[in-house]
Amino acid sequence: MTTVISPPESPAGSPAPRASRGFTFPTRFLPVIATIALFIAMFGVGSFRYEGFSSPQTLLSVLVDNSHLIVLAVGMTFVILTGGIDLSVGSVVALSTMIAAETLRAGWAAPLVIVTVLLTGSVLGLLMGLVIHYFEIQPFIVTLAGMFLARGLCYVISLESIPIKNETFTSFASGTIEIGDYFITPSVIVALVVLVIAAVVLHMTRFGRTVYAVGGSEQSALLMGLAVARTKVGVYVISGFCSALAGLLFSIYTLSGYNLGAVGMELDAIAAVVIGGTLLTGGSGLVLGSAVGVLVLGLIQSFISFDGTLSSWWTKITIGVLLLVFVLIQRLFTRRTT
Amino acid sequence: MIQMTAEAAEATRTEPVVQMSGVSVSFPGVKALQSVGLTLRPGEVHALMGENGAGKSTLIKALTGVYSIDEGTIIVGGEPRTFHSPAESQAAGISTVYQEVNLCTNLTVAENMLLGREPRSFGRIDTRAMNRRAGETLTRLGLDIDPKSQLGTHPIAIQQLVAIARAVDIDAELLILDEPTSSLDADEVAKLFEVMRTLRAEGVAIVFVSHFLEQVFAISDRMTVLRNGQFVGEYLTAETTQLQLVQAMIGRELETLEKIEQAAEEHTVKTQGAPLMEVIDLGRKGSVESVDLQLFEGEVIGIAGLLGSGRTELARLLFGADTPDHGDMRMRSKGTKLRTPRQAIDHKIAFSSENRRSEGVIADLSIADNMVLAMQASRGWLRPIPARTKDRLVRKYIEALDIRPADPNALMRNLSGGNQQKVLLARWLITEPELLILDEPTRGIDIGAKAQIQQLVADLSKDGMSVVFISAELEEVLRLSDRLVVMRDRRKIDERANEDVTVSDVLEIIAGEVRNDA
Ligand SMILES: Nc1ncnc2c1ncn2[C@@H]1O[C@H](COP(=O)(O)OP(=O)(O)OP(=O)(O)O)[C@@H](O)[C@H]1O
Ligand SMILES: [Mg+2]
Repeated sequence: MTTVISPPESPAGSPAPRASRGFTFPTRFLPVIATIALFIAMFGVGSFRYEGFSSPQTLLSVLVDNSHLIVLAVGMTFVILTGGIDLSVGSVVALSTMIAAETLRAGWAAPLVIVTVLLTGSVLGLLMGLVIHYFEIQPFIVTLAGMFLARGLCYVISLESIPIKNETFTSFASGTIEIGDYFITPSVIVALVVLVIAAVVLHMTRFGRTVYAVGGSEQSALLMGLAVARTKVGVYVISGFCSALAGLLFSIYTLSGYNLGAVGMELDAIAAVVIGGTLLTGGSGLVLGSAVGVLVLGLIQSFISFDGTLSSWWTKITIGVLLLVFVLIQRLFTRRTT
Repeated sequence: MIQMTAEAAEATRTEPVVQMSGVSVSFPGVKALQSVGLTLRPGEVHALMGENGAGKSTLIKALTGVYSIDEGTIIVGGEPRTFHSPAESQAAGISTVYQEVNLCTNLTVAENMLLGREPRSFGRIDTRAMNRRAGETLTRLGLDIDPKSQLGTHPIAIQQLVAIARAVDIDAELLILDEPTSSLDADEVAKLFEVMRTLRAEGVAIVFVSHFLEQVFAISDRMTVLRNGQFVGEYLTAETTQLQLVQAMIGRELETLEKIEQAAEEHTVKTQGAPLMEVIDLGRKGSVESVDLQLFEGEVIGIAGLLGSGRTELARLLFGADTPDHGDMRMRSKGTKLRTPRQAIDHKIAFSSENRRSEGVIADLSIADNMVLAMQASRGWLRPIPARTKDRLVRKYIEALDIRPADPNALMRNLSGGNQQKVLLARWLITEPELLILDEPTRGIDIGAKAQIQQLVADLSKDGMSVVFISAELEEVLRLSDRLVVMRDRRKIDERANEDVTVSDVLEIIAGEVRNDA
């Protein structure tokens, strides 16, 4: 179910209108607006408490440090919108960094490496999607298996971390894009492009509409003659692709392939999606929300680093509290419909 | 449509759009269809008739590719075809409204109507064009619904209309409507029939399923009757009487039905003593305005009114499903506030809601488990119902409501639509409440079972149970109730003892109000 505002009350005596008018816009965007408001409020509090926090660079740095997570959250949003879940993404990120580092060490050309990594992620997603749809097994179980599989493969590639020295990668890593006095990295651009493409796909293509329909009611979507199979498998391919891309960005960020890296990142991605206002049961939510969700998580980290006295565990505690609050808010919204 | 000469048009007219023959479908343990045939001709409304569980929906799903057939042939447009999914049959020009309203409540009305067929420009969905086109189709159907509103905000009747609008909007050669009118009122049915007639004149073949015999006779040209998954016969509507049809459907005599009608029509005045429940000035903003009502023990109160008149809303207030803004409620002369259904259940009130299907079917539990759910809840989960009692009660209601299959362990998901309705009704009957609120209890239920339910209500009230009976079918309300309440525009506009009140009297009361208002 989604968030719904009850239709406007009719004035006493006149028959109540059978159709409520014009209420779709605010309803659908309400959770995202709430997340944006939260983000702004946090930024305000930070600027008030810490010197230098109010600089635009704080925000840009959040983007720089979390561009891979944005890409990951975008892929995850597709999956969650259909009512599924993808627990494998963190491990696929790690696997992608390992494949990239290892093949680069073996002397492969950077473009070939990139294609290989993206293909591997997509194929993993495809396999999981096929199993989920055609064997009717819960996504939780299948992607849990995928998570172990991908993590295991990391160790098959190498038992220790591999540094990346390839020129294309290092120059990409050290590259910055100046915006006035401030800067971002090329990775941020990649993340934003992914975000825009995802939004366009979700809202302006039939595939995107079907994603929402499947999340609303898979049975109905099937009876309406929609391409349910293609869509359900497709979202896992997208998530796999996004994980691989996030892995590439992460390997550029850390300039290494590390088989213990990105542990628990799937949970960060899920948290960002939920904080961004997407319902875990599917059918409602926006990718923009997930991106803002990532920013909220990133801003919490900025708080910790600006403060200096707080332990980094506060990040986890705050994320936990926020998650709970947002799920409660969503619950209240859905209650109002019944 | 391709332009063609008159003779050519005549020739295609006689060729069936769909011809199914010898079709068998079986599910584990059940032979749902055995060698059934169905011939659908262009420009004809074909009624598919049969009792609950006869196999109507299964036949439709076998045609559209939801189920695969074990044997038999399906010829579409002169060629043998086997569809593997609803998408394939839709592509072949078959547009279907399934019995379970199959839309997505999280999307807008327009999106639901055009999902999979959205107008596009440069590969992008043109939302504006989509809303416009949806709006046009809705207007054609005479519906005042905002295409941009979210489907879930609308009542079930509107959702059903949107599902029909979606099906009509598809340029189809064959339109299948499986119980499209189950939650519509007379006006909306009339509009639907108008559209069906237009489509028929354009040469579309239409399959129509309904348990309302009047509707079937009003709209259909031909009928195919199924019984227990078997083909009984094909009839021309003009040459068949209602009696013949019913006999073909149930395969037994009509005496039972008639006996029940007599039993139910003995109304008595039972307004002595203190009322079981009394509400004064009860209301809720935007739902029902100030209602006064007294309910006596053993009395059946019928609530009549058009769709949206507030009849369901009143029931929800009486049950605590909605909280009233103002007014008082007394149970056995004691002041009572019902804020939640839970409290109502503690006061021995039961409510079988009009959307009980979407609210109450637990598909993976058995008939027995589904039936005892409310009873178990009212006892508290720590006091299990003794197996023997449970068994006895479940069997009693399976028999009383003629639920098929009559197997307490059958899974709910495998029951036909009408039989699921019966199980949900039994869920509340089994709690043996003092006050039973029934909102559209006979929706989607075949005539035989309808009569049984009416009989059951009459019997229960004889044993002292009070009943609030809400139904869009005025005949049914009048047949059962001792007292009649008429609602309009979310107000109670009339209350009278049900003595010699006729359907046209009630309609006049409702219409009279309209005139006074104007
Ligand atoms: N998926 C299924 N698995 C097992 N049995 C099924 C399944 N679907 C239907 N049946 C059985 O097939 C028979 C025919 O059901 P069907 O839904 O076609 O009835 P119907 O004529 O549409 O009845 P109604 O008027 O109640 O809608 C019933 O006995 C039902 O229990
Ligand atoms: Mg049916």
